[in-house]
Amino acid sequence: MTLPFTDALERLTRVRGVRGAMLVAGDDGLVVAETLMEGVRGNAVAALAASLAKRLRKACEAAGGGIPRFFHLQAEGGTLVVVPAPDGVLVVAVGDRDLNIGLLRLEMRRVAEAVV
Amino acid sequence: MVDDIKAMTAELARDPTSLVFLNLGEALRARGQSEPAARIAASGVVRHPDLPSAHDLYARVLVDLGDFERAYHEWTVVLELDQRHFGAHKGLGFLCYRWGDLDGAVDHLELALAADPRDQSVVHALQRVREGTAELAAPPEPAEEPAAQRKEGKEAEEGGKEPAVEPVVAADASPWAALEGGGGRGVMLADERGLLLSGGLEGADLGEVGEEVAAYLAGAAQEAGRAARLLDFGAWRSMLVEGEGLNLLVTPPTDDTVLLLIRGHTVPQGRLRVLAERASRSARTWLEEQQP
Repeated sequence: MTLPFTDALERLTRVRGVRGAMLVAGDDGLVVAETLMEGVRGNAVAALAASLAKRLRKACEAAGGGIPRFFHLQAEGGTLVVVPAPDGVLVVAVGDRDLNIGLLRLEMRRVAEAVV
Repeated sequence: MVDDIKAMTAELARDPTSLVFLNLGEALRARGQSEPAARIAASGVVRHPDLPSAHDLYARVLVDLGDFERAYHEWTVVLELDQRHFGAHKGLGFLCYRWGDLDGAVDHLELALAADPRDQSVVHALQRVREGTAELAAPPEPAEEPAAQRKEGKEAEEGGKEPAVEPVVAADASPWAALEGGGGRGVMLADERGLLLSGGLEGADLGEVGEEVAAYLAGAAQEAGRAARLLDFGAWRSMLVEGEGLNLLVTPPTDDTVLLLIRGHTVPQGRLRVLAERASRSARTWLEEQQP
């Protein structure tokens, strides 16, 4: 993991309630960089996040919504958030159910711009 | 009135940064002088880009001129500056209705009513849109306008060039008929195999795309379930997708169905979740009624 990526992801993990963050290759779901809490299976989460983003992107485009810029999966016990970067990399964050989504989205967009 | 316009014009010439352009634009608009009003409003927007009233005035003048696309943009800017702006929600409600988006019209008119519950024109417009049978006859009036001036402006517009536009209403009787003014536009229900159960999506450039979207959504719902289980998050509750021009909110009304609600960016996401919850309840009721 390169230092700039680490710095970028650590910005995300400083948001209260974020358990970990990753950069994921959007095409194949492979982890590019990660800062995850222990117990989170990074490779599996990355693959699922990429697959989920791909399907939602197709749905969004088919529905006339254009290219998505933010995905937010809300579950009973937590949250998965994905922001696509311009070069096809996905910025992925995993966090608590009640984290500040607005702040996290802001930080993730900054990371997405920074990793290009 | 003419003297007032002269006085305000002189004042604006003395001090181009003066907010008198708002009253001057309104006065010109009330006299049916849309082109001069547009120049005044456009200049005001340039000088005061963070002033919601400036964009609101410009939007209403653009409606007078028949430039609905740019009016939509200006009101969108107003809502970025002030999410509860009465005039912007009322104006966007009018445009949504004009474009046949009854759901969007109801959304914005409800938000306008929340901003000013006393405004009877919005009460009546909302009622008519919900009934889906009547027309919004004229472009919206400014929120702060005195009653006498409002009457004058309305009379000017009634003699104007606005053609009546029939709303586009989907034909099927669906769970959404009582939800958002009827029609089911921008809301659909699919099963876990990706088959459309009710509602649908359509657009001028898209045709009917409900079946295609339903197929993708079923796959996304499966992936959402897998991701939530992997992360030990329990059941998934919603998926929000921010597109370039639309927000999509996906929820599972039941274990084996998925519901999609689509709205423009001007509808706040919290509001979108309230609508989705309402739609989910309607979907569950409808699904129970379909049981043999």
